[in-house]
Amino acid sequence: MTQSYDLVVLGSGPGGYVAAIRAAQLGLKTAIVERENLGGICLNWGCIPTKALLRSAEIFHNMKNAADYGLAAENITADLEAVVKRSRGVAKQLTQGVAGLMKKNKIDVVMGDGKITAPGKINVKTEKGDEELETKNIIIATGARARDLPFAKADGKRIWTYRHAMTPPEMPTKLLIIGSGAIGIEFASFYNDMGSEVTVVEMLDRIVPVEDEEVSKFLEKSLKKQGMNIMTGAGVKSIDAGAKGVKAEIEDSKGKKQAHEFSHVIVAVGIQPNIEAIGLDELGVEPDERFHIKTDAHCRTNVDGIYAIGDCTAGPWLAHKASHEGVIAAETIAGGHPHTMDINNIPGCTYCHPQIASVGLTEAKAKEAGYEVKVGKFPFIGNGKAIALGETEGFIKTVFDAKTGELLGAHMIGAEVTELIQGYTVGKTLETTEAELMNTVFPHPTLSEMMHESVLDAYGRVMHI
Amino acid sequence: MPINLQMPALSPTMEEGTLAKWLVKEGDEVSSGDLLAEIETDKATMEFEAIDEGIVAQIVVPEGTDNVKVGEVIAIIAEEGEDASAASAPAPTKEQKSERKSEAEDSKTEAPTPSPTTTPAPAPAPAAAPSTSSDGRVKASPLARRLAEQKDVDLSTIAGSGPGGRIVKTDIDAAEGGTAPVKSAATSAPSAAPEPAPAPATAAPANDFDVPHSAEKLSGMRKTIAKRLTAAKQSIPHYRVSIDVNIDKLLKLRGELNASLEARGVKLSVNDLMIKAQAIALMQAPDSNVSYTEDAMIRYARADIAVAVSIPGGLITPIVTSADTKSLSAIATEMKDLAERAKAGKLKMHEYQGGTASLSNMGMFGVTTFDAVINPPHGMILAISAGIKKPVVIDDSVQIATMMTVTGSFDHRAIDGATGAAFMKAFKEIVENPLGMLA
Repeated sequence: MTQSYDLVVLGSGPGGYVAAIRAAQLGLKTAIVERENLGGICLNWGCIPTKALLRSAEIFHNMKNAADYGLAAENITADLEAVVKRSRGVAKQLTQGVAGLMKKNKIDVVMGDGKITAPGKINVKTEKGDEELETKNIIIATGARARDLPFAKADGKRIWTYRHAMTPPEMPTKLLIIGSGAIGIEFASFYNDMGSEVTVVEMLDRIVPVEDEEVSKFLEKSLKKQGMNIMTGAGVKSIDAGAKGVKAEIEDSKGKKQAHEFSHVIVAVGIQPNIEAIGLDELGVEPDERFHIKTDAHCRTNVDGIYAIGDCTAGPWLAHKASHEGVIAAETIAGGHPHTMDINNIPGCTYCHPQIASVGLTEAKAKEAGYEVKVGKFPFIGNGKAIALGETEGFIKTVFDAKTGELLGAHMIGAEVTELIQGYTVGKTLETTEAELMNTVFPHPTLSEMMHESVLDAYGRVMHI
Repeated sequence: MPINLQMPALSPTMEEGTLAKWLVKEGDEVSSGDLLAEIETDKATMEFEAIDEGIVAQIVVPEGTDNVKVGEVIAIIAEEGEDASAASAPAPTKEQKSERKSEAEDSKTEAPTPSPTTTPAPAPAPAAAPSTSSDGRVKASPLARRLAEQKDVDLSTIAGSGPGGRIVKTDIDAAEGGTAPVKSAATSAPSAAPEPAPAPATAAPANDFDVPHSAEKLSGMRKTIAKRLTAAKQSIPHYRVSIDVNIDKLLKLRGELNASLEARGVKLSVNDLMIKAQAIALMQAPDSNVSYTEDAMIRYARADIAVAVSIPGGLITPIVTSADTKSLSAIATEMKDLAERAKAGKLKMHEYQGGTASLSNMGMFGVTTFDAVINPPHGMILAISAGIKKPVVIDDSVQIATMMTVTGSFDHRAIDGATGAAFMKAFKEIVENPLGMLA
């Protein structure tokens, strides 16, 4: 039997299901195809379950340091199985939430592997056999998966991807993490807090390389203080996984090769888009130079009626970017004129300990772009709330165009900064200058006061340092 | 002092309107930005916003009143601390009303563009509507406002691309010629190297050897002159036709007219006579009273002459409308008023935007000949030089005559050579037989 739609969305991650809801709101008859779990990687294997794990790690860390707060806690232990179970429970709850949203918005959910067989035609291999969908428009939201290292193929036993790391068969005693992007650093932080001995190897000369250099430097120092071993400008040359552990040859920044032994390895060297098995070659959908699907500002591919959003397109590869594109694509299909997205206004958050959050240009990138900059910086140690919380590690940095006062970027490291960055993001989206930020009243006592102070500092008016 | 709230001019040409609805009542406190009333013109209904704050002491014109003249007192606002009832006492007299009317026209129509000199010449309507809301407020981001200030861009002339027509950074960059250091295209990769700021195509390279100099910031008027005249020279195929005109009869007539007009306090200048002569010539040679547009040839049914007036920092072209039918004394009186107000920066927008052809006169500088740049959308401009006594051959004998070289610049897209020449011939005949200008 053939069903006919205005829109079929391939993939139900944060890009796909949001696109489907927006399309349904706009009156389009919509279906969504999902091969595994509603909510995609984000809800099931990414953003959300890792936050659940990290929350456990944070509480564990606080319990171990209870004495700092005048409290006593003895014989504190971590039950990894229970921690993982909680994380899976959180993921399941949200997946059911997405199912509810689909139902509420009268979106047909088709579970199975979808493939575009011709323009406007999708074949879905479901448990009950093939289902043919006819549709005027298609949004590809198939996401991405972990990129493999050819010499370290993940097997789930000793060599893990993020997915294995989220449901570990056992607690890694000595863990090697290859790659220091958001995923690598979050797992490094989690397992370090849980008691593993963690080594992070990064090929570039600093960890979290997309962040501001000062943030990278500060994080490296902080993680080392927590007992982590960090090797930058270094490369893993070979991995030899056995039944009992892993032998890794690592070349350090000075070119010296040395063999190390680990219990487990997490490979976190980026992602690759899921675009192979969905019929794109036959349709002539063009990829970009990094082999993601090429799209325009309204998420259109080069083929009429086919749109693409999220991780299967150009970066940044973030859930909120995918969701936003979902809205843009749905509104474009419905004949609207949605705003386009400015990637400089997309915030990024990393939930390591201490947390990192940023939006816009780093100081170095701003200078590279030809701006004459004014830079402000305010440390957590100067903030009353931070001291009361016992979280005095970190800073907030702001970068302004000296000529126009445009807020070019904001970079934060420290407790709860992932909840703070939105203040600057709203400001940037509204095209704030330093004047409006200075004129904003920030509540006392909060960590957000540092956001104010950082701006004041950029203009030589800082109060509390 | 109580504030007399006057019927606002919601467009440059509005003379009266209907007070459709009051949104406040007597005794209400209002502050700047509050909506006071809805006012209907023949074109639209607009909201009228408070500029001052205070208490509505008295509503003078009830809602639903038609044909309320611009400037008429419609309500009285008592300022803070004033007794609202006392404020309502001095009801405006008829005289005060008419006085206020002219005041109101001045202040209200100028409000959106405080200095009319920023648009020195008739500007074609912008392609998209400027982001000025019906209440005259310009929607713009803080950054856009600051950039506009720094770059001397008039926000009221820009169409916003942001939500609800809000003017954002890219709109200013676009208006200014894209000199932002970074283009934030939605699809550009984060690491994409920014393009270097392009130099404005028309700017000459600055003198880079060591001559003592000062660099003055360009005024809005200077930029507008530069932009418009560069566009005119680049897009309009100009050609020029010169003709020598004997103005002895005209000078004689002018002397006689001025003697008889003295009692009325009117003095005709040669320029006033040139305006009239050009207007009549345009009506006699109507193929030169045209504008070329991409879609159509616009043929004007009357002659409105835009007269270049030099003012501090630049020039502006106030318009003598229907100069073909106005009497010389009317033209003289009007031109004197326009020129004075042009120099004081007090022209209203409709007084310098429009026109069907232009006139530029440098006779007072003694120049013997020059040609002028066409002022779009006009199809022609007349350049008037000085009247100089010369030996000329009249009736086969050498005589002394006052000769004036007049050069017309024509837009060849609209006006072919023979047509332009026919206009020049008509102009010469009118000036040399000036009595026709009186009839």
